[in-house]
Amino acid sequence: MPDVIAADGTVRNDNWVVVARPADGDSLDIPVGQPALIPVDLWLAGYEHFTGREDLGVWFDSHDEPELLGERVNELPLIAVNFPRFVDGRGYSIGRLLRERLGYQGELRAIGDVLLDQLQFMKRCGFDSYVLRADKDISKAGRCLNFFSQTYQAAADNDLPLFRRRAS
Amino acid sequence: MYVYDEHDRQIAKERVAQFRDQTERALAGELAEEEFLPLRLQNGLYVQRLAPMLRICVPYGMLRAEQLRRLARITRDYDKGYAHVTTRTNIQLNWPRIEDVPDILAELAEVEMHANQTSGNCIRNTTTDQFSGVQKDEIADPRPYCELIRQWSTFHPEFAFLPRKFKIAMNASENTDRAAIQVHDIGLQMLRNDQGELGFRVHAGGGLGRTPMVGPVIREFLPELDLLTYLEAIVRVYNRYGRRDNKFKARIKILVKALSPATFSEMVEAEWAHIKDSPTRLTHDEIRRIQGYFTEPAYEALSDVTDALSQQRFEHKEFDRWLTHNVHEHKKPGYAIVTLTLKRTGTPPGDVTDRQLEQIADLADEYSFGEARATHEQNVVLADVRQDRLFELWQSITPMGFATANLNTLTDMICCPGGDYCALANAKSIPVADAIQRRFDDLDYLYDLGPIDLNISGCMNACGHHHVGHIGVLGVDKKGAEFYQVSLGGSSQNDANIGKILGPSFAQDDMPDVIAKIIDVFVEKRTEEETFLDTYRRVGLDPFKERVYA
Repeated sequence: MPDVIAADGTVRNDNWVVVARPADGDSLDIPVGQPALIPVDLWLAGYEHFTGREDLGVWFDSHDEPELLGERVNELPLIAVNFPRFVDGRGYSIGRLLRERLGYQGELRAIGDVLLDQLQFMKRCGFDSYVLRADKDISKAGRCLNFFSQTYQAAADNDLPLFRRRAS
Repeated sequence: MYVYDEHDRQIAKERVAQFRDQTERALAGELAEEEFLPLRLQNGLYVQRLAPMLRICVPYGMLRAEQLRRLARITRDYDKGYAHVTTRTNIQLNWPRIEDVPDILAELAEVEMHANQTSGNCIRNTTTDQFSGVQKDEIADPRPYCELIRQWSTFHPEFAFLPRKFKIAMNASENTDRAAIQVHDIGLQMLRNDQGELGFRVHAGGGLGRTPMVGPVIREFLPELDLLTYLEAIVRVYNRYGRRDNKFKARIKILVKALSPATFSEMVEAEWAHIKDSPTRLTHDEIRRIQGYFTEPAYEALSDVTDALSQQRFEHKEFDRWLTHNVHEHKKPGYAIVTLTLKRTGTPPGDVTDRQLEQIADLADEYSFGEARATHEQNVVLADVRQDRLFELWQSITPMGFATANLNTLTDMICCPGGDYCALANAKSIPVADAIQRRFDDLDYLYDLGPIDLNISGCMNACGHHHVGHIGVLGVDKKGAEFYQVSLGGSSQNDANIGKILGPSFAQDDMPDVIAKIIDVFVEKRTEEETFLDTYRRVGLDPFKERVYA
């Protein structure tokens, strides 16, 4: 049961579980009675079967392409993006594309090597929940999400860059 | 130059608080070394061979007198009383203490300075021509566009963890390229299209380092209003598809080459189509607002001074040399552009003491509307000096060590800090520069040789831009000993190309002789009007090789 940080820094507990990609030849093992996130390509492959399920979401690895989901994106209650290593910045582009290009409205969660000092970037790229790596001090998340009260460029959290806000 | 408003000040202040918090957590052991590493690098803080190094950002090279004075004070209070001008026109401290860095940043923020994104795998300081705004053949002043890029790229949330570092340079001159744009991740050449509209030719995938490449053109004309959205499209394609499995193949140049420039360009265009009309698209109002910070200073209506200068030149040979080599033509009659050289023999190229920083500040106030500029050749420019005060200025700066009249000659070398300071270096570079300067100490001979770019890097990261030196020197490690590889024929100008390696590397002590032999071949082979590069291009590598390895 992960502790989940919300974009405002508050912490809650939920029971979404991330189902790892099965090894070649193995079948996908979706737990019963617990909401689960499965690899995005497998959800698409089993779309006829999975569609409409409120207890099933997907997770992207950092090389997965958000464009794959197309218009189906808003059928999903929860999407997670894995940061395999915190220095792998592809997840930020995935977040923005899901929000700004595909218009995803549901919850977008950062999982994997999620550290305190990356939360601010994730928030700006459209993530609104974060599962911090277990060894990090979750009590500092709120502070690390809110170092800046002003930003120069547009992103998923604000489509107006500072120059347009300055002008208005 | 640009002046912060309340938003810029707020962001700068919050950044200092953030870095203070990060440093405290690192020192308390809450951040592992590899976790703190990218955070401190994005604040210009390296942990080096002997001490930390702090690279302070000087956006597109512009400095006000008060900023120079603050830098002087910081080098005195927190360091050993000197600093180093880098090839990205930044200023480096060599000996700060990690725990002092937050205080240094707070002092910098008070004078609208910072160390944001001077290292790390993010968008770095945008560089441009040090003669921007004062040269005759400029299409428009590039600095407002560089400032727009600075703001767009500062703490860009999507691009804080790119596959590798990312450098943008802009050139606005029609005839020269002092910003070396073709060896940058993105090079922007300002131009006007047939309708007279302002825009940029976009190069992508150039770069130095381990696999040097000249950046191909991926778009012939980008209208000015589309600058930021197009940059965002390029960097997004790179962030998504650049290699992350091998640090040495992670720069955008590898991606552009692997895909082919045409395919890369198509991917950028496809991405851009989605965002070109987003609110990030610039407005004429915003461009005008930023241009308002770069208006001309209060020039007086003057005429060119010719008679008095001729007389002074006639009477003072040294002044004549300095005027010929270190002073450039200004767009306004009666004014001149003066380069203060930081290349005196006996001082590492680009090094300045705290006292010299204050002297530059005083000179800027007295002679150049309170502003100075750092150059990527590691000198400092006073851009707006009255011609009738040149003689007086020359007299003042001679004892300060700024009047060495070797600009653009063999001894005006670009040189990285090398193994004396840098933990990445394979070999020292400063002693090589020093030995060559001592060997070639006859200015008349240097003038006779004409313009020669000699660039020295202590390792293949190429901070000394050795690939694009007419003569390039690269420090290499051979079984634990320091050796030097020499290349010839590089250029960072409009005719940019990468130098060719001469052959096996040399010991440090042999380097002055090797350079002397290369120069001898040039002197023997050249025709009257040829520069070193012309002769090299005509005769090729072989005659040099034969002499050096004879």
